[in-house]
Amino acid sequence: MLAVSDLKIHYRTLAGAVKALDGVSFSVADGEIMGLAGESGCGKSTLGKALIRLEERMQYVGGQVTLDDKVLPIADDRAMNPYRFREVSIVPQYAMSALNPTRRIGRMIDELLEARGLKGATLRPELERRLAILGLTPDVLGMYPIELSGGMKQRVVMVLSTLLDPSLLIADEVTSALDVASQKKVAGALVEFRDRGYVKSMIVVTHDLAILAQVADSIMIMYAGKLAEKAPTRTIVEAPAHPYTRLLLGSLPEVGIRFEEKRLPGIKGRPPSLLSPPTGCRFRDRCPLAFDKCAEEPPFIEIAPGHQVACWKADAHAEG
Amino acid sequence: MLRYLARKLFIYLLTFIVAVTIDWAIPRFMPGNPVDALVSRIALMPDANAALTSYFMAAFNLDQPLWQQYLNFWWALLNGDLGRSIMLFPTPVTTLIGRALPYTLGLLLPSILLSWYVGNVVGALAARRKLLDNTVLPLGYLLTATPYMWLGILLAWVLGSSLGWFPLAFGYDQSLKAEWTWKFISSLLYHWILPFASLFLVALGGWAIGMRNMIIYELESDYANYLMALGAPQRLVRKYAFRNAMLPQITGLALQLGAVVGGALVTEIVFSYPGLGWLVLSGIQNQDYFVIQGVFLFIIVGVLLANLIVDVVYVIVDPRTRVGLQGDAA
Amino acid sequence: MTSTTGSSPAAPAAKSGRNEILYFALRNTKLVIGAIVFIVFLLGAIFGPMLATHEPLTFDAPPGLPPSADYWFGTTLFGQDVFSQFVHGLRSSFIVGALGGITAAVIGMLVGFFAGYRGGIIDEVLNMLTNVVLVIPTFAVLLVVAAYLSVRGLGTEAMFIGLTSWPWAARAIRAQTFSLTSRDFVGMARLNGESTFRIIFGEIAPNMSSYLVMTFILLFGGAILTAATLDFIGLGPTDSISLGLMMNYSVMNAALQLGMWWWFVPPGLAITAIVGSLYVMNVGLDEVFNPKLRAL
Repeated sequence: MLAVSDLKIHYRTLAGAVKALDGVSFSVADGEIMGLAGESGCGKSTLGKALIRLEERMQYVGGQVTLDDKVLPIADDRAMNPYRFREVSIVPQYAMSALNPTRRIGRMIDELLEARGLKGATLRPELERRLAILGLTPDVLGMYPIELSGGMKQRVVMVLSTLLDPSLLIADEVTSALDVASQKKVAGALVEFRDRGYVKSMIVVTHDLAILAQVADSIMIMYAGKLAEKAPTRTIVEAPAHPYTRLLLGSLPEVGIRFEEKRLPGIKGRPPSLLSPPTGCRFRDRCPLAFDKCAEEPPFIEIAPGHQVACWKADAHAEG
Repeated sequence: MLRYLARKLFIYLLTFIVAVTIDWAIPRFMPGNPVDALVSRIALMPDANAALTSYFMAAFNLDQPLWQQYLNFWWALLNGDLGRSIMLFPTPVTTLIGRALPYTLGLLLPSILLSWYVGNVVGALAARRKLLDNTVLPLGYLLTATPYMWLGILLAWVLGSSLGWFPLAFGYDQSLKAEWTWKFISSLLYHWILPFASLFLVALGGWAIGMRNMIIYELESDYANYLMALGAPQRLVRKYAFRNAMLPQITGLALQLGAVVGGALVTEIVFSYPGLGWLVLSGIQNQDYFVIQGVFLFIIVGVLLANLIVDVVYVIVDPRTRVGLQGDAA
Repeated sequence: MTSTTGSSPAAPAAKSGRNEILYFALRNTKLVIGAIVFIVFLLGAIFGPMLATHEPLTFDAPPGLPPSADYWFGTTLFGQDVFSQFVHGLRSSFIVGALGGITAAVIGMLVGFFAGYRGGIIDEVLNMLTNVVLVIPTFAVLLVVAAYLSVRGLGTEAMFIGLTSWPWAARAIRAQTFSLTSRDFVGMARLNGESTFRIIFGEIAPNMSSYLVMTFILLFGGAILTAATLDFIGLGPTDSISLGLMMNYSVMNAALQLGMWWWFVPPGLAITAIVGSLYVMNVGLDEVFNPKLRAL
């Protein structure tokens, strides 16, 4: 079980601190696959990275992350190391190029395991078994990454990342570089790995709401460094409460099309700058329902069991 | 892999043909007909006059059609005939080059290999370590910007002329006879140190900077990020980054050869070191064109051979060149 | 505009485009220091010869003098004014650097643009040509060419240097062009039926202008170094003085043995400083143009 409370992460730039995550609180239950969606620059990738490894420019400002009742020292790169791979793991966005091009894959995995104090040989049977689940023969371990297709590399990375049965897996845009058929396979594999208990819970970061509808138990929508809405997948798809979610879904024509590629047709304007974000509701300037009260920041509150929203209108809606 | 090498070999062959053609064409198509200049020079050396005049007629064959001249040139070349020196007539140019070559190689090989190795290590250490980086980087840029001969001049002036620690000129003590005695060998080494050091230092800067930049690039690459996200220790990530950063440095070695050879020539001139550079300088001063052309061809062949060696090494070191073909198909 | 009415709040982030580049450029120490050193020597090359009280090549001074009020940089073994030689040599270096750099940049751009944009057989042929010139030790070619030219001017020297130093630039530009060609705006221009020439110089070149500037800077520095080396071997211009020739004369005439440091230190120092400043400026420019590098 993952619990995040009031997490704040900034990007240091010469122009000032970009408040990429500005106080985010949520939790992911054991066995839950949570989808995380939003436009580019909303902070969803930052959140994914912050849970496992802060980049050099990312600065921890505040908040707390607990995983299975242990506090993750995300601000301390060294202290975080023991948790990585074993407790928290990631399938990165760049899975195609995530393997060292000049090492045979099996050897690279062995070297990584040994560097983490494990024995490559003892884990080899399990590794091969899991590769087989995703339709890969043990031969791939004797190959260089260049000899594998993109989809194969992606599957190898999925197996490697989950090899130590981490409690939390972050899948960062895992489908965005794939064709539709491969997307389906990868999405299926994510669910399968959860069902087999290789991973307890999962955060699937993506542009692609259609994929989330297939794999996610719940979906969390972010906007401009804040949470907008979190609810079970059905609720988000059928009865979204936040106007932003509704616009996102409305501008989601067919499977596989990512809304980021076009400017959202239904939503005028652009997200606000996170260097000096506006006060009040951050969606206010683009929101068709905005009214006086939106000058005050709406709290992220539960309007129904498992359904949280940060919108004054949504709250009124639920009451009325 | 074989296709990779075959392609490279083809380029080198083409390069060789182009170079020989340039070598053949330049004296013939340059303004101010050098043959006239040569013949007028011969008039100053009565004893060699007759022999040289007939030699030029044979060598240039100016009365024959151009294509015939071109073929003759190749024929002579393939028979190892680079002509005869004018300044030391009738010594064949190949003999002069053979005498000078060991000195040049003795300078070039150690300085190229050592500067490459040390530069890579220093650069790798400097990358992502603020303190070291702040000294290595400026020093590296300073060294690469220094003309080879000037560093040689400075070393000769400070360590040779002012302090008197090292000899200023020549390949060995001129009072000694060239023979394999300890005395002679130690004199050789003693005279070798300064020219070696100046070549080594200038080249060192470039390698250190190159390696530093490559390592930083590798440390920011996707595979490094992934490894770190999986909690791999710095040691492993750096090991991979170092190995992968070496690959472009190996290619760089081939690309830098020409410049280093040029550097060796001028360094030899500073120290009156009896290698190819010194030979070229005498050739230029005495308008001994056969010597200049001969050295040119030798440098070309040497650089092409070195390129080929680098390619073979690269194929051995980089698995991607070995599996590239299957990889594309998969 | 000097009054502080405070019409615009201080918001550096709001600056964009050209202003932003300038903002980061002026704050980049490497770029600023490099530019200052370069400009100092450039001014020396432009105005120095006017300050010089003696002709560079006439023998009208007492020989072998160390620096003094009359002869700022001393005199040579033959009684020439070193300061005058130095500033005239500086001028030669800048001329060779500029001409050689421009020649190489033009060839490199033409080859790189067309190979990268047209692809196919044109790319194959140009690539082969680039590889051949890249492998040839160009310094050796210059050696033979220069040796056969009995009269050599700065322009000829610069041109030959330019003709042999373009391949790496062509390769780099080709790679950049190749990646730009697949972008939307180039595809649009193609669909609109614009000519290759217009697309290359209207769409592609402006989009890699920062890259081209940096390439030119490196070619400029390289040309200066190559020229100095050629001059030192005795194949420099026959009609003027240059920094490389100064070093050649000093070494050939035992300045080392005589300890006449004022004869050989200034020319080498100047070349090192100019080329070094160009390299450092290049690193600075890279940081300015590349947002990824400037973040910290």
